[in-house]
Amino acid sequence: MIMLAAPTEAAVHGAGGHGQLDFMGALFVFMLATFIGFMVIQRVSRLLHTPLMSLTNAISAIAVVGALIVSAGKDSPGYITALGLIAIFCSTTNIVSGFLITDRMLKMFKKQEKVAK
Amino acid sequence: MMSPETLVQLLYLVSTALFILSLRWMSDPETARKGVFSGVAAMLLAVAGTLAGVTATGGTHYWWILGAFALGAAVGYPLAQVPLTAVPQRTALSHAFGGLAAGLVGTAKFFLYFGQHNEAALAPFIVVALVAEIMLGFLTFTGSLLAAGKLQEVTWIPQRPVTYPLQNASNLGLFALALALGAALVLHPLAPWAPWAFGAIILLSLVFGVLLIIPIGGADMPTVISILNAYAGLSAVAMGFVLNNKLLITAGALDGSSGLILSIIMCKAMNRSFFNVLFGAFGQTVTATAGGEAKAYKSDTVESAAQVMAQADLVVIVPGYGMAVAQAQHKVREVYDLLKKRGVTVKFAIHPVAGRMPGHMNVLLAEAEIPYDDLVEMDEINGDLPHADVVLVIGANDVVNPAARSDKTSPIYGMPIIDADRARTVYAIKRSKAPGFAGIDNELYFLDKTFMLFGDAKSVVGELARKLAGEGGH
Repeated sequence: MIMLAAPTEAAVHGAGGHGQLDFMGALFVFMLATFIGFMVIQRVSRLLHTPLMSLTNAISAIAVVGALIVSAGKDSPGYITALGLIAIFCSTTNIVSGFLITDRMLKMFKKQEKVAK
Repeated sequence: MMSPETLVQLLYLVSTALFILSLRWMSDPETARKGVFSGVAAMLLAVAGTLAGVTATGGTHYWWILGAFALGAAVGYPLAQVPLTAVPQRTALSHAFGGLAAGLVGTAKFFLYFGQHNEAALAPFIVVALVAEIMLGFLTFTGSLLAAGKLQEVTWIPQRPVTYPLQNASNLGLFALALALGAALVLHPLAPWAPWAFGAIILLSLVFGVLLIIPIGGADMPTVISILNAYAGLSAVAMGFVLNNKLLITAGALDGSSGLILSIIMCKAMNRSFFNVLFGAFGQTVTATAGGEAKAYKSDTVESAAQVMAQADLVVIVPGYGMAVAQAQHKVREVYDLLKKRGVTVKFAIHPVAGRMPGHMNVLLAEAEIPYDDLVEMDEINGDLPHADVVLVIGANDVVNPAARSDKTSPIYGMPIIDADRARTVYAIKRSKAPGFAGIDNELYFLDKTFMLFGDAKSVVGELARKLAGEGGH
């Protein structure tokens, strides 16, 4: 039988997490964010689906937050820090290339009158 | 003075709002660039907030972290400069990076808690999230790498779908094994064998990622890239549950829902289900060998094509992956300009799955400075096609195959198509006489009104432009 018991705040703090663990709250946040995501994304112009995907690539590099928390932990063995640093490297790659290429593509989308010189 | 924790959460809150606005502004090309700036601001706030948080709890290794940032930026910058035809593989590659980052953070967290014998931190809910994080992360990693390799046409990676007997059964078996190990971990996270089970799940996920992608053909890439996009987002959500970090959950959920919506749009545009795309490679390969009946094409000269187009009122151009491969978009722009100068209305008909990723054609045509008002979605343009004097198909195939409407035995039956066959005259530029990616003959090419222009898309369109320009001078 699996009991979904919340660990104590102290335990999580000691392990490097942020704030009080409240997984029901977290599930609510997840549910609401997914609904907002669906509604916002459904309105994205089909013209822009490629830039949308590179933008969300950059956004999903939010994993950098977790990577930072892992890397900066003061009590962790060296190999854990190393894993975190590689994760920072991967995420930063996505942040930089994702935002830059999105902007590069979006700059190309022009309306009729702007193209006609 | 507020506590550091409150400051962190406030920064995260603003960051979340900016991420939502960022996607909201993508609804219109006019405001889309604002969306990028808002996304950048959100990311900077997220990093600043996290750094403030770890500093308050005594963080270290800042020089190393700075180095990792610098190295990531150094690799990321050239990745943003690739030619636009390479955007699908760049996107797949960055899904791989995203998956790897999530997988590594999950791995680090597990071994950290395990080493500390931290029973409270390895509560069942967290272990469930950890297992989800590493499974999604690592299978996205290898799956996306393979997808990127296929898109880049790396020579030792097979382009055609690879299938073998009991493929789906063995894949599902592997997946079930990984899930069973995950369940055992949830029950006994601190058992002496737990690290081995964890390692085995990582290995299985890596293998599963490869097995999931090898049966996928090029025409299904838009769907698969979207699914991998969703996985990368969901692995960030799982990380958020592990770290109890609401910013990770919200940003990950935005990414996950975006990938999911794009996958749904792609699936609808091919009249297939998720399940069919991921597990349906068999039917495809069978028809590829069966459709070998030889029919005669009717070809024509570029010169007469130019004459017909110059006389037309409405010309609809249907671009496909062939245009991208040949890098023909700039020549297409020349033809577009020359026809417009003669008073011909020119529109582009964009099928949702044309190319190798969602929106691929739009970006290429925008690069060639074709105004986006003339890029028309399939559903909108189909009503105009019966009035079109000429349809010019450039390197597209399955998306204009009328068999999708009429032939119940065709593997693409039911797929919504661009009704090119309803136009008065059809010109189709095709590289060779071989069938398209799905391996099916295209009935459109054998109609009385259809004329083939064989050759490389770039040189044929280039010649077309020269003929159109030349005729202006008489």
